[in-house]
Amino acid sequence: MTLTAETPRPTVTAAAGRARRPRLLPRVAPYLQAAPLTVALLLFLLVPILTIVAVSFWDYDSVRIYPDFVLTNYTELLTSPVTWKTYLNTLKYAALTWAITLGIGFTVAYFLAFHIRSTTWQMVLFLLCTIPFWTSNIIRMISWIPFLGRNGLLNSGLISAGIIDQPLEFLLFSDFSVVLAFVHLYALFMVVPIFNSMMRIDRALIEAARDGGASAAQTLWNVILPLTKPGIAIGSIFVVTLVMGDFITVRLMSGGQSASIGLMIANEISLLQYPAAAANAVVLLAVVLIMVVAMLRVVDIRKEL
Amino acid sequence: MTAGSTVELVKLRKAYGATVAVDGIDLRIAAGSYCCLLGPSGCGKTSTLRMIAGHEDITDGDLLIGDSVVNDDPPAKRGTAMMFQSYALFPHLDCTDNVAFSLKMKGVAKEERRRRAREMLDLVDMSRYAGRLPSQLSGGQQQRVALARALITQPGVLLLDEPLSALDPFLRVRMREELKRLHRDIGITFIHVTHSQTEAMALADLAVVMNQGRIEQAGPPRELFNHPRTAFVARFIGGHNVIEGGGVGDAGRCAVRADRIQLGGADLPTEIQVEGTVRSLEYHGASVHLSLDIPGADEFAVVLDEARYFDAPVGVGDRVRAGWSRRDVHPLAA
Repeated sequence: MTLTAETPRPTVTAAAGRARRPRLLPRVAPYLQAAPLTVALLLFLLVPILTIVAVSFWDYDSVRIYPDFVLTNYTELLTSPVTWKTYLNTLKYAALTWAITLGIGFTVAYFLAFHIRSTTWQMVLFLLCTIPFWTSNIIRMISWIPFLGRNGLLNSGLISAGIIDQPLEFLLFSDFSVVLAFVHLYALFMVVPIFNSMMRIDRALIEAARDGGASAAQTLWNVILPLTKPGIAIGSIFVVTLVMGDFITVRLMSGGQSASIGLMIANEISLLQYPAAAANAVVLLAVVLIMVVAMLRVVDIRKEL
Repeated sequence: MTAGSTVELVKLRKAYGATVAVDGIDLRIAAGSYCCLLGPSGCGKTSTLRMIAGHEDITDGDLLIGDSVVNDDPPAKRGTAMMFQSYALFPHLDCTDNVAFSLKMKGVAKEERRRRAREMLDLVDMSRYAGRLPSQLSGGQQQRVALARALITQPGVLLLDEPLSALDPFLRVRMREELKRLHRDIGITFIHVTHSQTEAMALADLAVVMNQGRIEQAGPPRELFNHPRTAFVARFIGGHNVIEGGGVGDAGRCAVRADRIQLGGADLPTEIQVEGTVRSLEYHGASVHLSLDIPGADEFAVVLDEARYFDAPVGVGDRVRAGWSRRDVHPLAA
């Protein structure tokens, strides 16, 4: 059955009179709207980075710095075995922290998203995870010291329980305590994005997997894990960039016995070697950017943003 | 293809805390039949389907598929396959891998399962889109893929949860025909949940009308339409007027089909006659639907053949005489 009808053409004459006058505001408005963010980014992101890049080419001695264009800061940095060792150490911290926070983050998020049925409890437990964030990073780190120390709570507890005779030395001022503090500080950055990804998974998909004969483990591996990848990627970016740039955790928890790139830069700044610190920062920025790009190449996170 | 299985519900009950969703229903669905569970939202039809599928625990009673009680079996062991209302295709897998999913879970080798998945996609006419992700498909296409995914397990019972509700009306009619063709071709038992009586009429061998967790009536659509057991069924199936006493003075309620009612003046030949006012009027092409205000009925619909209406047209607000014969009066149990 077909029906044909004459559709009256919309009349344009009435609107045309007003539209013909050139109006400046509508053309400028989008730029005005984008301006505050642009100015903020220029002022607080681009200018500082460009300054760091510029200073990294300057010359310095023990007293002052000279505007110049020299490559010595970079050659000294890249040819020093200390740099390579420090990078290796920092990467080790990043890898360990990443692996452990991923394990914890995935498990906690999975439990919250799939095993807690009521939304109220989900929110309560989720907020519980954020409680450590109500105190400062430093406080949270320092509170490990009396717990883990040679005569700390844990050692004295284990000794009095008769489990060990000698205090465990590796607990504090070691790689163990550094990684422990990192995990404590940054696990939530892994939990939140993974939880967010998991909450977006249609529950019918889990039933569909079960309907297709998948066991719980098969569903986890074939359905939940692939659909959680964007959250894992976002969490990984947080954790890796935070650990790569850290200096205070490493200084406090290793008792000054381990180094990280951030700590190296901080030392250079305290010795007023700004150009060397700047060159170090530029290299670190490049390394972290490469790591982030690599992660984004593996997982497409756009649909999560 | 495997033959269908019988499905039998014995005093099947589902309660969520104090709320009873399904209140001890008994039903036997013959092997290879097309059964539609029909009812308004919240009547328990979806809970029933989900219990049959194994996605909802059975509170009480027994569920038999074939000859065995399957209350505690996981879905894959029951020989059922479900097609979800939202289709529930895995968004990260292309059509072939979606269809091949259950074979992968069983550990079928990659080449073999992809080959069988492509055969299945061929059956639902989707082989052209084998490499696409679900997000790149239209609703109708997603549905075909979901159907292929359900059928690849060679189930004895296919469970469909409001499969047509997300489609536009034109596509809905086409998919309806296709479901019927598929049912005839593969011969397994279909259980289809819907709130549309048109869908149930068009598809079912066995239509089951549910209300408040109970079965109001189960039977072939023609039986439901011509012999509705209760006022609820008569109203839900549509095309019926529920009248106190049926105009014959008998005790209880009666149903009279709207298309068996005649309009006319004093010369109306029918045994039973009432007077009323035309409240509204709709032209439907082949027929004209009138709604009358008459005493003893909240709603009174008359469906007249187009030609018969235009022989003696009436307008909104006119006083008319409506009549029907005694044999068209169908007494209702409740």
